[in-house]
Amino acid sequence: MIDREQVLHVARLSRLRLTEEEVDTLTGELSSVLDHVDKLAEVDIEGVEPTSHVVPLENVLRDDVPVPSLDRDVALSQAPDPHDGAFRVPSPQAEA
Amino acid sequence: MSTEYEAVIGLEIHVQLSTRTKMFCGCELSFGDDPNVHTCPVCLALPGVLPVPNRTAFEYALKIGAALDCELATVSTFDRKNYFYPDNPKAYQITQAARPFAVNGKLGDVRIHHAHLEEDAAKTIHTGGSGRIKGSDASLVDFNRGGTPLVEIVTEPDLHSGAQVREWGQLLRATIKQLGVSDVNMEEGSLRCDANVSIRPVGSTELGVKTEMKNMNSFRFIERGIDAEVARQKALLEAGEPVVQETLHFDPATGELHSLRSKEEAHDYRYLPEPDLVPVVPTQEMFDEARNSLPELPADRARRYEDLGVSEQAALLLSFETEWAGYFEEVLDAGDSLEPRVVANWVTGELSAELRRQEDRPLADSNVPPASLAALIGLVARKKISHGAGKTVLEEMVSTGADPETVVADKGLEQISDSGELEKIVLQVIEENPKPAEQVRAGNEKAIGALVGGVMKATQGRADGGEVNRLLRQHLGL
Repeated sequence: MIDREQVLHVARLSRLRLTEEEVDTLTGELSSVLDHVDKLAEVDIEGVEPTSHVVPLENVLRDDVPVPSLDRDVALSQAPDPHDGAFRVPSPQAEA
Repeated sequence: MSTEYEAVIGLEIHVQLSTRTKMFCGCELSFGDDPNVHTCPVCLALPGVLPVPNRTAFEYALKIGAALDCELATVSTFDRKNYFYPDNPKAYQITQAARPFAVNGKLGDVRIHHAHLEEDAAKTIHTGGSGRIKGSDASLVDFNRGGTPLVEIVTEPDLHSGAQVREWGQLLRATIKQLGVSDVNMEEGSLRCDANVSIRPVGSTELGVKTEMKNMNSFRFIERGIDAEVARQKALLEAGEPVVQETLHFDPATGELHSLRSKEEAHDYRYLPEPDLVPVVPTQEMFDEARNSLPELPADRARRYEDLGVSEQAALLLSFETEWAGYFEEVLDAGDSLEPRVVANWVTGELSAELRRQEDRPLADSNVPPASLAALIGLVARKKISHGAGKTVLEEMVSTGADPETVVADKGLEQISDSGELEKIVLQVIEENPKPAEQVRAGNEKAIGALVGGVMKATQGRADGGEVNRLLRQHLGL
């Protein structure tokens, strides 16, 4: 079970502003998602190494050789509010 | 009765690696370029991209781990550290939490808890208001730095004062510099240090509530910041008030500590394994390369110099600067059985001071080849010239590159070896300075300084200080 406080906490961490109704809905929905995932707890994992990746690969590394970067215009083309070559965003302080 | 407190300090040091490219993409590293000219879909976190770790970054990391005497992990994995902030477009930072590449090390008398690899955040500039984060209305984000490989070194809480943190920090910086894996330039941010500070009654083994001091950009400021914070915590406890866990910024201009808003409340980072990256299992070759390629590290070098009889202070100074250490060894090799202690003192004392005095010249531009300094030190050691005259000669050598023997001959600096002649001058100085002479006779030994100075002046520094002292004392009845 997940309670309202936990929903609000996660919302704050994600900088989401939720209405009262959304909090109620999410409290129920997230709880059922967690219950579903909780089924995994029934599996016996005694002696099983933690899996960090499902593909049996290791040491996929890249040589330290530069490749061309994006043109800045291209990089900024999806930015809603570019300014002086930078991505301008609302101050993180302003929403706190 | 008041309680005695001791400070307990642990450090988190971020070292930017000097690879050519970023940690997980091929964008070039840069400093001071126009904003956002080194970005790509990976470091901008556009949908559908996959990170691929930089092999050289991992090799550099292993070198740091080996130099810090760590156990190097046979399997090393990456994790996501979740936080929502404009400097991080993925809303998580790729780091190592569960299985970092190195654990359980030691440098000097400080234990290393672990060292892990991660990616640096982008640079944000807060506009409007005062330019500081508080009161700003917008932030400009520059992703050039985003994704730069970082090694974070986390110590055990083994440090106990600002001064100790400064000294140890300098040792760490010198050690990493020696490895050639980072510029370790604090002003440019390639070495950054956070400190966790708490205090506890002396004798207690429990840790007090800690505060975190962020991003101080010189070890001098760190020393002052920590001292200020320790004093603040003591005052709180003595007034019966609690220390509150918070993040602080030390302003070196005012000496004040300010509370910062944390990026994430209560550091709830919800770590999870990074499913986009497979484990790194270093080959034996990689381990061997990391361990066997280590140069002589500053701590070992300092110990070797001290074993040669060099003073602790000079040994540390020399070990922290490879260039000076190299010069010192060349002087030693060029000289004819010179005492290492004496040579070290000339190099770190007289020569260093004279270079600073003459336009703050770097050692590389000095006019003094190691063999010339060795010759000068030899002249002083064999009492051909006095120590004071030696300094005069050195001044000339630094400014013109002249040969020491020539300077001695030109300036007539050769020490007065005729003790009859020196004795005459000593008697004359005593006669001309009845007041200090009387004071010395009356038992004030310190007054002898004025008479020594008088003799040195009269001989233009050509007298041996020890001999002058001996003669003065003899004639003043000491």
